[in-house]
Amino acid sequence: MIAFRPSVEAMIPALRRYARALARDPDIADDLVQDTLVRALRSEKLFVGGDLRSWLYTILTNLNRNRRRSLARQPQFTPLVENAPDASGTEAEGRDISRALATLQHDQRAVLLLVMLEGMSYREVADIQGVPIGTVMSRLARARSHVKTALEGARPALRRVK
Amino acid sequence: MTEPLIPVTEDELHAYVDGELPADRIKAVEAWLETHPEDAERVEAWRAMGQALHARYGGVVEENVPRRLELDRLVSAPRRWIFGAAAAALVAFVIGGGVGWSARTVAAAPTEVAADPQELLRREAITAHKLYIGEVRHPIEVAATEAHLVPWLSRRIGTTLRAPDLAAYDLKLLGGRLLPGITAPAALYMYENPAGERVTLYATPLKAAASGFIYKADNLVASVEWVAENYGYAVSGPADKPRLKSIARASYEQIEKR
Repeated sequence: MIAFRPSVEAMIPALRRYARALARDPDIADDLVQDTLVRALRSEKLFVGGDLRSWLYTILTNLNRNRRRSLARQPQFTPLVENAPDASGTEAEGRDISRALATLQHDQRAVLLLVMLEGMSYREVADIQGVPIGTVMSRLARARSHVKTALEGARPALRRVK
Repeated sequence: MTEPLIPVTEDELHAYVDGELPADRIKAVEAWLETHPEDAERVEAWRAMGQALHARYGGVVEENVPRRLELDRLVSAPRRWIFGAAAAALVAFVIGGGVGWSARTVAAAPTEVAADPQELLRREAITAHKLYIGEVRHPIEVAATEAHLVPWLSRRIGTTLRAPDLAAYDLKLLGGRLLPGITAPAALYMYENPAGERVTLYATPLKAAASGFIYKADNLVASVEWVAENYGYAVSGPADKPRLKSIARASYEQIEKR
């Protein structure tokens, strides 16, 4: 029980990374992490062992789904603009990948990020999303194919701008 | 002399890139890639994609964690909503809009309510569900721990509305709130499971014939409505027909036992 809080704390940087890629807006991403932590702390007594990391990612993934559902009620919510390129990597490349992520359907984006960015196994992702492994694999395949197409489409456009 | 290769599937290519391929297939996949340049190109593109993701987002873990995410603060201090203003404005808008909407409905009542009360019920319930499940700090007005929750909502909607026990579905009652309904006030109970999924029960006086459980999915969210003794009820949650119907039946049985 004593280990609960330090274990949660150790996960914060990785949760922020996942949330940042998922929501693509740094403030909203940290809101998601904050809400995940609040909920985790509140449910501390409900957590009876098991995989803390998967549990936190599950909460964050569900919160983001809830958030998107309630945003969907606002008809003219403008899409988020990517405005915070990281120092690492070239800016154009960073914008490309985050634009490509934006074209993905929510569950596909979550699978892609959990596997490729967070290094989760297919089994863990299946547990987080509450679906069979086969569904995880087909979401991943579709996500990769979409992103590949989006990235290939982005390059000529950039050249034209130049 | 090598043995003829078992054809490599696309799933195996993904598994290979993700380190999920059984060890005894790795050699076969690598041999396959040498003779199938298109597949090799895809595998290369996926790897580049992974590198681009890490280049773009990997640095986040090196950032200092903002103070608002410190656990000690989260336990004691209330959350400083970045959405605070936006959420307040949205609620004000919805309440304002809601009053306008009820007024409109009442004005148009003879035709519109008679047209399809159950559809109106569904629309109001889904609207409330979608709005409040997204609220993290204030999903409810009165918490389940407050003894006056059930008597208060019952009094306002004019019937005993006990909050069903949905522990069998891993759902815990968070609390409830009062809403402008279709022609009279409505009550909303909110439940949550440990993974953060939320289910709501909506109830309001409704002049309509008693009905069975009607399931309707609206994208990822679905609801089950029924009418009994001049009250309309709706259970809303993630789209899952057998589960939601079963929750609706359990709620119905417990509510009618009053």
